[in-house]
Amino acid sequence: MSESGRPVVQIEGVTKVFAQGNVTALQDIDLELQPGEFVSLIGPSGCGKSTLLRVIGDLVQPTAGTVTVNGKSAGQARADRDYGIVFQDSVLFDWRTVAKNIALPLELLGWDRERRRRRIDEMLALVELTGFADHHPWQLSGGMQQRVSIARALAFEPALLLMDEPFGALDEMTRERLNLELLAIWRQLGSTIVFVTHSISEAVFLSTRVVVMSPRPGRIAGVVDIDLPAERTVETHEDPRFFELVTEVRELLRRRGEHLLPEEEQALTDAARAGAGGAGE
Amino acid sequence: MAQAMAVTPVARRLPAGSVLNAVRRSASFVLGVAALVGLWELYRWIWSSAGWTWPFAVDDTTMPHVWVIVHALWQPAQVNQPALGDVLFHKALFTAKEAAAGFALGAAIGFVLGVVLAHSRLLQRGFLPYIVGSQTIPILAIAPMVVVWVNPKLPASLAGWGAVAVIAAYLTFFPVAINTLRGLQSADPRALELMRTYAASRWTVLWKLRVPASLPYVFSALKVAATASVVGAIIGELPSGLQSGLGGAILNFNQYYSIEPQELWATNIVAAILGIVFFLIVIAAERAIVRRPPEVSN
Amino acid sequence: MSGVVVTPGLRAGFGRRAGRQAIEWIPAAVVFCLGIAVWEGAIWAFHIKQFLLPKPSDIVSSLWSDGGTLWPAGWTTFKEALGGFAGGSAAGIVVATAIGRFRALGGVLMPLAIAANAVPIIAFAPIFNAWFDPLAPGSKMAIAGVLCFFPVLVNTLRGLQSVSPRQIELMRSYAAGELTIWRRVRVPTALPYVFTSLKVASVLAMIGAIVGEYFGGSFNALGVLIRSDAQILDFQTAWAGILVASLLGLALYAAVVVAERLTIRWAPASRDP
Repeated sequence: MSESGRPVVQIEGVTKVFAQGNVTALQDIDLELQPGEFVSLIGPSGCGKSTLLRVIGDLVQPTAGTVTVNGKSAGQARADRDYGIVFQDSVLFDWRTVAKNIALPLELLGWDRERRRRRIDEMLALVELTGFADHHPWQLSGGMQQRVSIARALAFEPALLLMDEPFGALDEMTRERLNLELLAIWRQLGSTIVFVTHSISEAVFLSTRVVVMSPRPGRIAGVVDIDLPAERTVETHEDPRFFELVTEVRELLRRRGEHLLPEEEQALTDAARAGAGGAGE
Repeated sequence: MAQAMAVTPVARRLPAGSVLNAVRRSASFVLGVAALVGLWELYRWIWSSAGWTWPFAVDDTTMPHVWVIVHALWQPAQVNQPALGDVLFHKALFTAKEAAAGFALGAAIGFVLGVVLAHSRLLQRGFLPYIVGSQTIPILAIAPMVVVWVNPKLPASLAGWGAVAVIAAYLTFFPVAINTLRGLQSADPRALELMRTYAASRWTVLWKLRVPASLPYVFSALKVAATASVVGAIIGELPSGLQSGLGGAILNFNQYYSIEPQELWATNIVAAILGIVFFLIVIAAERAIVRRPPEVSN
Repeated sequence: MSGVVVTPGLRAGFGRRAGRQAIEWIPAAVVFCLGIAVWEGAIWAFHIKQFLLPKPSDIVSSLWSDGGTLWPAGWTTFKEALGGFAGGSAAGIVVATAIGRFRALGGVLMPLAIAANAVPIIAFAPIFNAWFDPLAPGSKMAIAGVLCFFPVLVNTLRGLQSVSPRQIELMRSYAAGELTIWRRVRVPTALPYVFTSLKVASVLAMIGAIVGEYFGGSFNALGVLIRSDAQILDFQTAWAGILVASLLGLALYAAVVVAERLTIRWAPASRDP
């Protein structure tokens, strides 16, 4: 848990150049995240938002600049397991039940069975999947799988939650429902969330701040403070202020966020894949 | 507040369901056997009536009637000996022992080899060609040397058949090694990334992620290995002079084939059943151990 | 002051690629040399009896001196294996294709094929010798052929069944005929599976030919030669014969690998089999 007053994440002058294809995914990024914030990263493909998320998580090392998470280096934060991560694909292990999937990080932390059991029950209740503990991932719908993935990410109560387009593969109704549930969880736990998304309305709906990024090279085009009331509901979508903010974000995107050429997009994908492959091994 | 499930869970196998399944499967098996017997006799009848000699002439020696073969199981093969079926059963058990030991040994070696190779591309490039090449060495040819070399090193209880088990292991380790390697490498890169966020050690990643992910591949190899171990055991017995197994029986009855063809046929059928039994055991183990989404599987 | 800028030409590109291929083989070559060295050294150091494991140098010299008998014998055996491999694999592919066309038939026959694949067919080798003239290559070809038939059948069928329904739907939306669908979708999807089974079959074919010869064959065949050499305790020549058999088996396997590299490169779906 981070102390209040000190930023949870501090990014200074971070640049990332992928050697392969000579692609500048991030250039001179400065960003500070306060505890309890819900920050969305939004931008077109190739703007570096996913790369930035991975830099925070020490899954990608920056070419230049510093990253401080919870007062430590990103690598130390990862070793201390200060954050949980949720990918677009739920990445659940087929051979484990829902309960055992949630238990995975707890096993790695060396928790005993009793303590794990209690936490799993808590998490299942949190994501409203009590009763599905003994199911296997393939028996659940996409939305439910993502909920398990979120439960797993929060299982050891990290201060920071990194989410890479977690609802991108789901249909709109499920996505809206999960948005509300995520906000409820966020309010309950008080975590800091970094949320990468493609959807402007989702970003505005969920966040306290929206960071708009642009590609070629990846940089921050602008930051929009979301001053909507803290309690967001379905009605928020119809709030005039909501529309104003969505328009503001859209304008930022349109002005600064030129789309990549196909070759550039390909180069970026290849480089990221090679980088991720190296990190993954 | 639990919402309605979008996906109906796979029904847990209730006892009643599995009984019905078993009945259905036994019925189709019996039908299959009956069809084969029918085909055999039909082929025999057509070819012998027409007098065709291609691909081979059909008579009582080359294709004995099915009932002659079955009848032979009840008769003693030699004077004052128990019935052939009885004799073959015990020989099958002997060969099964060798095959099972070879299977276990080969699978263990293959698995360890796969794990070691999965962690080093250099080792892979260095050793894979020879692992593949090892299977081109005709085991029948080196079997006698293996027997002579291994037997003195074994305790008395393992002597004789132990060497054959080694030969069986030789045929078994290869598919297991190759598939273990492939299976370990098949882990989802996203899952590997997830393990990185947990700062998991290589050992942890191996046992929590790679090995479970590799199980379908390993079992696919074990199915091949099951048959290979029986083949290895039979081939291994041939030059070893071991009388107690099916290989010895094959050699033996081969001598008398022109006189009593049904004995060799009976032996072959017993060998075939042995191979199938081993295969079914591995399939049963797979069902019990590997829980995977129902997809197009074998 | 400025260096000469060399534009890589086409030939340099090829050379670089060939060079990279060669580098891939260095670890294997190193292991080979080490292995031979250890082999020679161990025999010399531990005084391993000659008859169990001759020195590599002795085996090679045997190969040289007895090459006149060994290579022709090896060629005979190889032809048997090749004939069986070609015939059995072709039959397996044809039958699998036929079964693949009729889905219902496939459902019934697949379990039977799998069961037959589990049978130690090698046990039937003496019967093949009884059916066909043991001195003619046909009997050994038959054994090798049957050994190849079932794995190729099972795997080809599996490959054909693994075709994505979505791709078929796409082709139908183009009003493509059955033959076109076969050529453009089913065959390329099944090819990796087919080649995997062909690799297995190539090894099985040699095993089948040699075991078949064990039960009776002309003297000009490798299996018979190795057996008789072992019986008269001429292990050096026996091992030389084994080396010949192994090299020929590798050649067949390598031929399949080359064929695979050439063919699969043109097929769109290149999943690692």
